Amino acid sequence: MIQHLASLPILLPMLAAVILLLPPCGKSVKIRRYASNAMALITFAVSVFLLMHIYNTGISVYAIGDWSAPFGIVLVADNLSTLLVALTSFLGLGAILYGSAGDDEKGSFYHPLVHFLVLGVNGAFLTGDLFNLFVFFEVLLIASYALLMHGGDKQNTRAALQYVILNLVGSSVFLIGLGVLYGVLGTLNIADMAQKVSQLDGDDVFIAKAGGLLLLIVFALKGALLPLHLWLPNTYASAKPVVAALFAIMTKVGVYAMLRVYTVIFGEQAGALEHMVQPWLWGLAIATIIVGAMGAIAAQDLRKLTANLVLVSVGTLVALVALQNVNATAALLYYLVHSTLVSAALFLLADLIAKQRGKVADRLVGGRAVKQPLLLGACFVVAALTVVGMPPLSGFVGKIWILKSTLNSEQALVFWPVYLITSFALLVALSRAGTSLFWERKDKRSESPDCADANPLQVTVIIGLLACSPLLVIFGGPISEYMVGAATQLHDISGGINAVLKGGM
Amino acid sequence: MELLYASCVGVLVSCGIFLLLRARTFPVVLGLTMISYAVNLFLFSSGRLTINKAVVLGTGADYADPLPQALVLTAIVIGFAMTAFVVILAIRGRADLGSDHVDGSPVKSAAVVKEQK
Repeated sequence: MIQHLASLPILLPMLAAVILLLPPCGKSVKIRRYASNAMALITFAVSVFLLMHIYNTGISVYAIGDWSAPFGIVLVADNLSTLLVALTSFLGLGAILYGSAGDDEKGSFYHPLVHFLVLGVNGAFLTGDLFNLFVFFEVLLIASYALLMHGGDKQNTRAALQYVILNLVGSSVFLIGLGVLYGVLGTLNIADMAQKVSQLDGDDVFIAKAGGLLLLIVFALKGALLPLHLWLPNTYASAKPVVAALFAIMTKVGVYAMLRVYTVIFGEQAGALEHMVQPWLWGLAIATIIVGAMGAIAAQDLRKLTANLVLVSVGTLVALVALQNVNATAALLYYLVHSTLVSAALFLLADLIAKQRGKVADRLVGGRAVKQPLLLGACFVVAALTVVGMPPLSGFVGKIWILKSTLNSEQALVFWPVYLITSFALLVALSRAGTSLFWERKDKRSESPDCADANPLQVTVIIGLLACSPLLVIFGGPISEYMVGAATQLHDISGGINAVLKGGM
Repeated sequence: MELLYASCVGVLVSCGIFLLLRARTFPVVLGLTMISYAVNLFLFSSGRLTINKAVVLGTGADYADPLPQALVLTAIVIGFAMTAFVVILAIRGRADLGSDHVDGSPVKSAAVVKEQK
C-alpha cells in the first residue's frame, strides 16, 4: 500500500468528484456537503502523510502501470512537490468548507469541480513527465473554466470567454513546444530530458532553445507574468470570491513549472543551454512586480486589489526562480506557501466585507458600516500586515529571507529598491483600502441594517487560513529547514535524475 | 514531402492566428480549431517523417516512433473537448452579452450609426 501513496493525492480527488456526482450525493445538498468535506479532509490528511513520509524516506518515484521511466509516465514525489500538494489540498479543503456555507448552491456542481481542480493541480505538481504536465494542466483548466462561471452573471461570461480563449491558445503553444523538444531530445520525461539536453550539438541546440522558450510563453501565461498578465485581474475579480481564493494556487502552478523546467532541464547541467531563460525571467519578473504594485494602488475594489497582490507575488516568485540558487529557491518556497494562503484569505475576506456593506460591496468608497467591524477589521489588519510583510507575521520572515538570498548577487542593486518601494506602495494601497472600507461613512444614519452576521463556518475558514501565517513564523525553524532541504533536492540535478531513472519501484 | 508538410502546417497556423485576432467569437473558434489541427500535424512530425517503417515490433528492421502518435491522439481528444466547451461558452456569451464580440462590447459600424441618426 505504502508504495502507492504517491498516487493517492491524484486518485482521491478523482474518486471524490465521481462519488459526488452519483445519486445519494448528487441529490441531497446535505449529504453532498458532508461527503465533499469528508473527502477533502481525507485528501488533505493523505497529502500531509505523504509529505511526512517523503521527508523521512527521500524521493519516491511511482511508475504508473509499472512502466518504468523514461518509457512510462512516472509520478515523482520529492520534498518540493509534496509540499505543494499538501498546500493545494489544504486550500481545496478551505474552499469546500467555505463553499458549504451557501456559495455552493449558487450554481451546479461546485463540489465535484473543486475536487477536479485539486486533482489537476496535484497531478501537475507530482508528474515527472512534461506531456503528462500538459494533460494535468488541461484537467485543472477545464475545471477552472467551469468554476469561473459558477453562479456568475453577464460580466462573468465575458471574463470567462477571454480566459478560455487565452488558455486554449496557451495549450496550443505548449503542444508546439513539447513537439519541438521531443523532436530533438526524443523524450519527454523531465529527468531524461535533463540528461540528454547537455549532449545536444550543432543546430539541435537552437531548436531545443526555441522549444524551451515556447514553454516559457505558456508558463508565463499560466503564472501571469508581465506581458501575459492582463487576464488575471479581470478573471479573479469576476469569479466568485471562494473560487478566486482557490485560483490563488493556479498561478503558482505556472511558477512551479518554470522552477522545475528551468532548474532541472535547462539548469546548471544543460551545457550550451545553461540558464538560458534567466535574463528573460529576471526582467519580466521585475516588470511584473512594478505593474502589480501600480495596479494595487489604482484598484477600485478589494478584489481587484487582491488580484494585483497576486501579480506582485508572482513577480517576486519568478525573480527568485531566475536567481537559480539553493537559498533563493528555499526563500521562494516559503514565500509561495505564505502568499498563496494569505491571498486566498484576502479574497474570502473581501466576500464577507462585501456582503455586509450592501450596495457598495467591496468597492473602496465610503458606505455603510460593516456589521461586525471588530472581527472583519481584525482579520483585515492581520491579512494586510502579512501581505505587506510587517513583523511579526510570515510576510516579514519571507521578505527578509528573499532580501537576504538576493544580497550577494549583482542583481541586488535592481531587486532591493524595486522590492522595498513596492512593499511601501502595497502598504499605502492596503491602508487606503482599510480606511475606506471600515472607517469612511457617507451617511451617518445608515448604521448596519438588515444583514446577517457572517456565517461562523466562513469565519473559521478565514481565521484558519490567516492562522497559518503566525504558525509559519512560530515553527519557522523546522519549516525553513524543510524548505532548504527541498531546494537542495531540486538543485541536486544528477541525484534527481538517478532517483527517477534508476530507482523506479 | 517535408516541404509540403511544413508549408501545410505553416499555412494552417497563419490562417489560425489571423482568425484568432478577429473580434467575433465564431472566427476565433475557427482559428483555434485550425491552430489545433496544425499542432496535431506538427506533433506527428516530431517523430520524423519516414515511410516504410514497421509499426509492430518484430516485423522489420526499422520502427516508426509510436510516441508522437499517442501524443497526437491525446491532443486531439483534449482539443475536441475544449473546442466543444468554447463553442458552448460562445453561445452563452451571445445570449448574455447580446453580441458575439469577444470583449462583449460591439464597436458600432458606420452604417449602424448612420441608421440610428
